[in-house]
Amino acid sequence: MSTTTALPTYTKKDFESGVDPRWCPGCGDFSIINQVQKLLPSVGVARENIVFISGIGCSSRFPYYMNNYGMHTLHGRAPSFASGLKVSRPELQVWLITGDGDALAIGGNHFIHAMRRNMDIKVMMFNNRIYGLTKGQVSPTSELGKKTKTTPFGSADYPFNPPALALGAGATFVARSVDIEGAHMGEVLKAAADHRGSTYVEIFQNCPVFNDGAYTFMTDKAVKADAQLRMVDGKPLLFGKDLKKGIRFNPQSAELEVVTLGVNGVTEKDVLVHNPRREDPTIAFMLANLSAKPGFPTPIGIFRNVEQPTCDELNWQQINAAKQKKGDVSLRKFLAGSDTWTVK
Amino acid sequence: MSTQTTRPVEQVDSVTIRFVGDSGDGMQLVGTELTKASAQAGNDLATFPDFPAEIRAPAGSLAGVSGYQVHFGGRAVHTPGDAPDVLVAMNPAALKTNLADLRPGGMLIVNSGAFTESNLEKAAYKSNPLDDAALKKSYRVVSVDMNKLTETALTGSGLSSKEVARCKNYFALGMMYWLYGRPVDMQVESIQKKFAKKPELAKANVTVFKAGHAFGETCELFTGQYMVPAAKLKPGLYRNVTGNGAAALGIAAVAKLSGKQCFLGSYPITPATEILQDASYFKDMGVVTYQAEDEIAGVGSAIGASFGGAIAWTTTSGPGLALKSEMIGLAVITELPLVIINVQRGGPSTGMPTKTEQADLLFALFGRHGEAPLPVIAADSPGDCFYTAIEAARTAVKYMTPVLMLTDGFIGFGSEPFRVPEDGELKPIEVTYQTKPNHDGNTYMPYKRDAKLVRPWAVPGTPGLEHRVGGLEKDSLSGMVSYDGMNHEKMVKTRAQKVANIVADVPDAEVTGNQTGDLLLVSWGGTKGSVDGATERLLAEGKKVGHVHLRWLNPLPKNLGAVLKGFKKVLVPEVNDGQLAFYLRAKFPGVDPLQFNRINGKALKISELSAKALEILG
Ligand SMILES: Cc1ncc(C[n+]2csc(CCOP(=O)(O)OP(=O)(O)O)c2C)c(N)n1
Ligand code: SF4
Ligand SMILES: [Mg+2]
Repeated sequence: MSTTTALPTYTKKDFESGVDPRWCPGCGDFSIINQVQKLLPSVGVARENIVFISGIGCSSRFPYYMNNYGMHTLHGRAPSFASGLKVSRPELQVWLITGDGDALAIGGNHFIHAMRRNMDIKVMMFNNRIYGLTKGQVSPTSELGKKTKTTPFGSADYPFNPPALALGAGATFVARSVDIEGAHMGEVLKAAADHRGSTYVEIFQNCPVFNDGAYTFMTDKAVKADAQLRMVDGKPLLFGKDLKKGIRFNPQSAELEVVTLGVNGVTEKDVLVHNPRREDPTIAFMLANLSAKPGFPTPIGIFRNVEQPTCDELNWQQINAAKQKKGDVSLRKFLAGSDTWTVK
Repeated sequence: MSTQTTRPVEQVDSVTIRFVGDSGDGMQLVGTELTKASAQAGNDLATFPDFPAEIRAPAGSLAGVSGYQVHFGGRAVHTPGDAPDVLVAMNPAALKTNLADLRPGGMLIVNSGAFTESNLEKAAYKSNPLDDAALKKSYRVVSVDMNKLTETALTGSGLSSKEVARCKNYFALGMMYWLYGRPVDMQVESIQKKFAKKPELAKANVTVFKAGHAFGETCELFTGQYMVPAAKLKPGLYRNVTGNGAAALGIAAVAKLSGKQCFLGSYPITPATEILQDASYFKDMGVVTYQAEDEIAGVGSAIGASFGGAIAWTTTSGPGLALKSEMIGLAVITELPLVIINVQRGGPSTGMPTKTEQADLLFALFGRHGEAPLPVIAADSPGDCFYTAIEAARTAVKYMTPVLMLTDGFIGFGSEPFRVPEDGELKPIEVTYQTKPNHDGNTYMPYKRDAKLVRPWAVPGTPGLEHRVGGLEKDSLSGMVSYDGMNHEKMVKTRAQKVANIVADVPDAEVTGNQTGDLLLVSWGGTKGSVDGATERLLAEGKKVGHVHLRWLNPLPKNLGAVLKGFKKVLVPEVNDGQLAFYLRAKFPGVDPLQFNRINGKALKISELSAKALEILG
């Protein structure tokens, strides 16, 4: 096993497996893998100690294209493999690549449990709001009314709000970025790499084949300024052209509201200052829910980033304590236990 | 023996005692205590607890009856006993649900104090069965008001009446200690240890236990005492183990014998839960346990850990095995070592969770999508679960394959004496990880196989061997995704051949009794004890019979076909509707096994099986 004392200097190329990605031309997944491969030389972990685990879906082909250890597992089940590997080998950096169907439909149960355990795994969910690999069925993040191959008259069920779900499940790092916002995604992923604990990054990913333009409502140049809220740690939550709009916490209604600087005496001081380090996830939850409200922008950036002892770490504290307490017991002594008798 | 009684001491070969009472009556406790004492006296033994699926069925109800059966003897004891010789019934419901099992002429010890009107009503008795003259004709009835005698023994103890009532199981135990000449001091010590934190209860239970013992000695209800001589057991240090306990010990032993981490990812399910529970204490031995959110995640976590280089395990029972099926297919196609322990219970669906069955055999052999063969091995007794777990793990890492180990509720919950292996008696388990490139141009080919068709195991953290595995069909060398049809066919055949190659490690089937003859009995898994017992009886009657036990179900022993053909008839007794018989018919055309099937949630009775064999022999 390698030691991490002298890390080689890596370049992006060191993380390319040489297998050509098989995504459709224009697929948002390309820009995501590009950012990950750009990031990894700087995370301070040896290439052989990084593992990519994925479920099933277009997004989940990801590990094949990375020159790390990788596992392409079963639909929805990636969190279970990642959790087992991390508990078994806590020194590894474990990334989990998943899609909206993979993580939230078939894998919803595994996903929430990985989050609540604060397992030190980094989940990147490529949210294209559609089933890509199976060619265009409704997903748990498809909007109400969405017409897909299995909902020809429009989807009749309400979607998940993924960051809100992750927060509710107890994730200690929750963030969102967008496939075409390369620089932003790079920063978010760097913070995700540095975080220890259950890490969830939702990436808005365009599927040009089965759900093209899913995010133009907040990526189109014409609307972007008003439709995107970039959350920055320690900075007021401002958006809009010339950052003239802000998010204010209204103590009377206990709600977040949109205010305009200079109108009705509103100044920057009235605007909520973003703080992803609050232990209490309530404000983060309110922010995550903004995107569902008409007239509100969609937040991107880090909702929550708090440190708590991780599941793998707590397990190993117990294991090490037990080993220290009992010392090296011979197999025979162990097997004998405390209640024995001798047959002559 | 410390008694001044003049009553005779009769020597008996073996005896089967069943304690039955309400779930809260402490029957499991007194059963295990008598077991321990018998073991220490040198008897061979086997036990079986029988408890309701409901944790707290109403007190006194038929559904709430809980029992514990122990069979000890001066000769080899194969099973917990067909029918009890002694039934200790603590209330009417217990009597009602168990009396039919008591052997004709057997001893019935009843707690008459519990035969109140309301208890009789709860047990749906119209009149008090103890007043029935027919009962006394069929059995030796010893009617003792244990409620009252316990109360009397504890007058002035300051305990509440509820606490007093809880002590009566020790009265019953005291009587049994007198009856079978077990040392009083040892039990006193054991009570003191058990109730160390509650000295007032320790004192009360000792008092009641001694009162029960004295009662046996002084009252005239028993005509004499019994002596069961020590059995000829292999010398050594012994302990008592249940099958589930032994499986957990096996997991720890594998960690120690391999020097590698054993990772157990699991989810609680009756009757397999105790393996996970026990293993959770073995952290210092190199066992990492993980209780996942469901069975799928349990096996998933294990496969993840296996990718990371751990010797991985998952434990479950029928419904859980069904959930794990897709995952096991992934372990087959990725060729990662894994041991799945399936403790069978009555199915399908929730079925009979606390009752035994052998009905997962075909599911274990074939229950996966696609062509997904894997080795299947079955334990045959509680203690054997230890050795089977080790053998399963050894096979998994040696051949890079998931291995399915079958046990069942009967041996999982049952217990027997277990000889603790000497240090060095168990062979180390060799595990080698690939650390260097294995192919031209300094590359690593994860599916480049050795002569046995086994692929290398390179684990994360090894520089230069970074590679990807997954559920998609892979190129037969590089492991890269391949949609080539002929490559797929090659991989399907190769995986099958690799599993078939394990036959080299499967010992030849050994026949006990006649090597050829009129009738061969074929057992697998938990029926071994019953078939051993029946074979002994048939041989004693001079019948030309043999017995072969199958520990390996896949691959089957090389010589099995020849063994089967050496007999005029073959009989396969099973606790299912004929699954091994079905399998053998397919594997050995021309051999058409006769079946003996019982699917009543219990182990096979030696007497019934012997009768069936005699009927076939004509
Ligand atoms: C057990 C199982 N059920 C169904 C499938 C079929 N399936 C493969 S991917 C997929 C949905 C993928 O959608 P998503 O997770 O959003 O990934 P995307 O392709 O959009 O990246 C489905 C239903 C499967 N592979 N396995
Ligand atoms: S179907 Fe959509 S998500 Fe899948 S590869 Fe093509 S563009 Fe990407
Ligand atoms: Mg999708």
